[in-house]
Amino acid sequence: MNVLSTCAASACQQAVCRALCSVVTKGNIVGVPVGTHPYHKFEIMKWNGWGYSDSRFLFNKKGQAEFTGKRYRLSGMIIPGLKDWFEGTFGANLQHKTPPTPLLTNTAVPPATLNEAFVEEVKSTGIPFSHDAEDRVFRAHGHCLHEIFALREGKIGRVPDMVVWPSCHNDVVKIVQLACKHNVCLMPYGGGTSVSSALECPPEETRSIVSLDTSQMNRILWIDEKNLTAHVEAGIVGQDLERLLNESGYCTGHEPDSMEFSSLGGWVATRASGMKKNIYGNIEDLVVHIKMVTPQGVIEKSCQGPRMSTGPDIHHFIMGSEGTLGVVTEVTMKIRPMPEYQKYGSVVFPNFEQGVACLREVAKQRCAPASIRLMDNEQFKFGHALKPQVSSIFTSFLDGLKKFYITKFKGFDPNHLCVATLLFEGNREKVLQHEKQVYDIAAKFGGLAAGEDNGQRGYMLTFVIAYLRDLGMDYYVIGESFETSVPWDRVLDICRNVKARIIRECKDKGVQFPPLSTCRVTQTYDAGACVYFYFAFNYRGLSDPVHVYEQVEHAAREEILANGGSLSHHHGVGKLRKEWMRDTISNVGMGMLKSVKDYVDPNNIFGNRNLL
Amino acid sequence: MGTIVLFTPLKLFDPMLKKRDDFEDILEERRTSSDLRYALRCYTPVLYKGVTPCKTSVLKSMVLQSDQLHYVINQVSKESGRAADDVREEASAILEEMAHSLQLSTVRFFAFMLSKVFKTLFRSICVNEEGIQRLQQAIQEHPVVLLPSHRSYMDFLLMSYILYTYDVALPVIAAGMDFMGMKFVGEMLRMSGAFFIRRSFGGDKLYWSVFSEYVKTMLKNGYAPVEFFLEGTRSRTSKSLTPKLGLLNIVMDPFLKGEVFDVNVVPVSISYERILEESLYARELLGVPKPKESTSGLFKARKVLSEDYGSIHVYFGQPVSVRSLAEGRVNRCQFNLVPRHIPRRPSEEIQSFVNDSAYRLVRAQEENMVLKPWVLLASLLLQNHHQNRAAGQKPGMALDELTTQAVWLRDVSRQYGAFLHWPDHTSPSEVVSSGLSLHRALVRVCEGRVQLAVEQEEELLSQAVVVLSCASYRNQMLHVFVRPALLASAIHIASSNQKRKTDVFNSFSFLRNMFSSEFILCPGATVQDFEEACYLLVKTGVLQVTQQEVLVTERGHRTLAFLTSMLDPFLQGYQVVCRFLCEEDTETLTEKQFIPAVRKFIVNHLLAGRLRYAEVLSSDLQKNALAALQRLGAVRKIKGYLVKIQHFLTQL
Repeated sequence: MNVLSTCAASACQQAVCRALCSVVTKGNIVGVPVGTHPYHKFEIMKWNGWGYSDSRFLFNKKGQAEFTGKRYRLSGMIIPGLKDWFEGTFGANLQHKTPPTPLLTNTAVPPATLNEAFVEEVKSTGIPFSHDAEDRVFRAHGHCLHEIFALREGKIGRVPDMVVWPSCHNDVVKIVQLACKHNVCLMPYGGGTSVSSALECPPEETRSIVSLDTSQMNRILWIDEKNLTAHVEAGIVGQDLERLLNESGYCTGHEPDSMEFSSLGGWVATRASGMKKNIYGNIEDLVVHIKMVTPQGVIEKSCQGPRMSTGPDIHHFIMGSEGTLGVVTEVTMKIRPMPEYQKYGSVVFPNFEQGVACLREVAKQRCAPASIRLMDNEQFKFGHALKPQVSSIFTSFLDGLKKFYITKFKGFDPNHLCVATLLFEGNREKVLQHEKQVYDIAAKFGGLAAGEDNGQRGYMLTFVIAYLRDLGMDYYVIGESFETSVPWDRVLDICRNVKARIIRECKDKGVQFPPLSTCRVTQTYDAGACVYFYFAFNYRGLSDPVHVYEQVEHAAREEILANGGSLSHHHGVGKLRKEWMRDTISNVGMGMLKSVKDYVDPNNIFGNRNLL
Repeated sequence: MGTIVLFTPLKLFDPMLKKRDDFEDILEERRTSSDLRYALRCYTPVLYKGVTPCKTSVLKSMVLQSDQLHYVINQVSKESGRAADDVREEASAILEEMAHSLQLSTVRFFAFMLSKVFKTLFRSICVNEEGIQRLQQAIQEHPVVLLPSHRSYMDFLLMSYILYTYDVALPVIAAGMDFMGMKFVGEMLRMSGAFFIRRSFGGDKLYWSVFSEYVKTMLKNGYAPVEFFLEGTRSRTSKSLTPKLGLLNIVMDPFLKGEVFDVNVVPVSISYERILEESLYARELLGVPKPKESTSGLFKARKVLSEDYGSIHVYFGQPVSVRSLAEGRVNRCQFNLVPRHIPRRPSEEIQSFVNDSAYRLVRAQEENMVLKPWVLLASLLLQNHHQNRAAGQKPGMALDELTTQAVWLRDVSRQYGAFLHWPDHTSPSEVVSSGLSLHRALVRVCEGRVQLAVEQEEELLSQAVVVLSCASYRNQMLHVFVRPALLASAIHIASSNQKRKTDVFNSFSFLRNMFSSEFILCPGATVQDFEEACYLLVKTGVLQVTQQEVLVTERGHRTLAFLTSMLDPFLQGYQVVCRFLCEEDTETLTEKQFIPAVRKFIVNHLLAGRLRYAEVLSSDLQKNALAALQRLGAVRKIKGYLVKIQHFLTQL
């Protein structure tokens, strides 16, 4: 997510920022209110799509694609190649539009079933709450395709009956006690970026459902420079956390693709993974201490020792519990001094096989940069289509020259070549040394260095892709991404088979146009990799496109599992992938998790019914 | 019977719904244009996803460097204490002995030679072009396995010849090592795409590993379609043989382990109007040992060149996707926990899946076998031969009687779904006489009566050669009638007039179980087979089936009689084998000695007139009967000796 202009856009900006910060705050920051996230999120964010209301893709009157707003690097730019790519890839047509229902009509929202006694007692605690339709609808969904599709059609299912905004750990304790007392169903809500149907209200739930929105618990409570840790309230959103830490010269380095909106508590509850995990680690490596409020009381460890041999790590009951056990309120996290130097890079490979072989070698030598990602040919073309308009003739001339060199001089087939994007971080000298090491390995696999620009654009694709889905949905195109982790020897097989399965299923299910079925390897580990699949198709001529979409995604997941892939690398299980849990973790495993749930939450107060 | 659930919609049994492609004669063009030009023409087949064919040496080194082989070499080295290099040398030698070295020049040579030979031997070679198109398509999309039926040495040359003709990628073919004995020809075959495997290598890990890796490497990369014979060997009886699973296991493995998205298997049915090895097979079945394949023997066989062998029909069936076969049957996650290159014995789930698939594929071959009118004549003449002999009547049947019966049987077999090639624009009598004249070695027309070319005074074995040859043609239509015939026999057995459905089903099930090595009967499909047989016999007005009872209609007797007499030789044969085991002292009998001993016993029975079917002398039937008795628990093999379970045998 480094390309966000809202945070850490360029090294230069950061330097300025850092200089200022060091003057203003020397020492620990305590209780800085943030306030980028108001109570009523829909005031700045879309209620039926991804991200900020002011930022979206559209085809202007000339038929050119542009990205609106001022927040991102791409904002305000024309993207000349997108229209042709869009029409060519999907068989879509700008004449055939499927605009969303513009406004949320309150009549579509089911009336709130309130537990009066509970409401009264909450009122007496002074914790803010709401039962406005907008607030409730906003917290009734994540960003699965079917959820967004329904919203665009103005269809609203079961939504929370009430939203509460605790502002600290003690508020949460009170709310959980009251919920237990009055038998109310609580559903924790962080950033709302779930893609596992985790936020969907179970339709069979008869109790009053209360959405517990952690967004006001967003302070860094202290920073411990001796131990390099920070104690943070769990409702803080990724970009705020990074920005605030940057002000003191630190960072967590945890940058999931959703970091603009997703929250620390959400990361813990889903076992999140960040782009730069090669340096900083995934969430399980980053947390030192977790505090969670459960119906049985508060669970936490007594000290902050860096590693303990005290039986099974209780953090691992919390991480990945997906809101079924309680609310994570405060987390102590490792922090690092901000990197002195950052450099993007990219390598072009003649084909995907060579690319994977290179990533494998990099992993074997344990010299992976902060981030290394390999896009397949379709995604390379996609990335290409997202190149913004270049102003100078010189740049476009250079581009042409580069293309000529790679395809004609080096003999790469434009329909097979693929590209790896790289991000190096650290002190300047080491970065350059590291860069050379990686490029030397790449050369052994036929890789050619292809410049910083391509690398940076690759990372840009990550955050705009969610906005692009909304554009597609304006023109009969629906799609989604999903991920898995898989041993190295299976990577090529799983990529090939899952992509082929998607194409085959689309055909079988009557999709009239060839789908976009593409993948990339986004993380490397010692023993395997994380693979992301993107899948989208033009649904003209289908009577129930979402159902078709779901069938195809289901088949794709079956294919992933049959090819030795995991049920999820970091998205989590939610309700979307529950059916495969038993096969994934065995009967005994299910029993263990169930017994924990039964002890911690016997009355199913945290009744979102995820995971089990 | 109420307990039997129907799991197949009846409509699926209806053979009349089968759609089949038309044929084109590929020899026609050969007769009008230059063979040399044909042999030298531009040949540019399309391969899987546009891969380029790879050199033999590259292929070999891919195999030798594979993870699987590497693993097994180390394992063998550790177990045997031999140096790894030494084992690797051995592996390399095995590969040298095995590998094909397909060369276009050799293929062109064959194309030229075979054009000449085929034009002399055959009237036509008919191929369904739509099948070729489907194959062409399949080759581009997925790795392809070709599974032709195996009735003649000719089969694989013929296959390659056809594929060359249609510009389809040439296959690599698994051939038995015995071919290698024929020095020059062996190498020629190797250069035309054959690779050679030992007939048995049971415990040899290294051999198995080289072999399976070699096949998988070719298949996975799509360098060439892999061709092998599911039946393992040529069927000497024209009945399909129980499928062998080794190679099918190997070619399915890359799909099951996720190394390819899918594998397409294409059953190919090759039907010969007259089989080149006709009497050779009969002799072999009668115990005259088969001549060892040798080059000189092949040249001696030149006299066959002067004869007319009618036409050949080659039907390329619908490609079968292994992925769809495995859908819902195999949990592919079972390969997740052990590295895929470590060889493991297939799980029970996989074994039963491969076995069921193999049966389905053999049935798919059978379904598209073209039957010539002669097949009907052979069946009728054979039945007549035995009936007359039993009744002591004049041998043979009047020509017009034969024609009428043949027309009746033509209609019946069509109703049962036979792929019958009966020329519609020719009068029945012409069709009959043309069939008879092609097979004049087996039949004789004398004073307007047609009879098998068997002289009463001839030696029994010479008579048997003719009977067995005829039986092999009758056998070609067994797959059409076997299920109804089993039902007909079951009805026949149920003694009383009132045929209770449960009794009939039990007899059917018993017979089916007994004959499961004799005919292609999918394991575990008893109920489906019963339903299918009932459906066909009801549809053709032979039976009425109610909840409780099975009733034979007035006009059904004729069909029923035909069906029971079709199965009768087999029933009698099994009974004789049974009697042999009961009466003879078998305590010292090894399996090897069984065939000569039982043959002697049968000869005595035949000579004494206690048995009328000379075809019981077929060693194939005897072996199958023994296998059936072992399966039913009446005989056991202990330390190579046959031990009978007396009370069981007497019961049977």
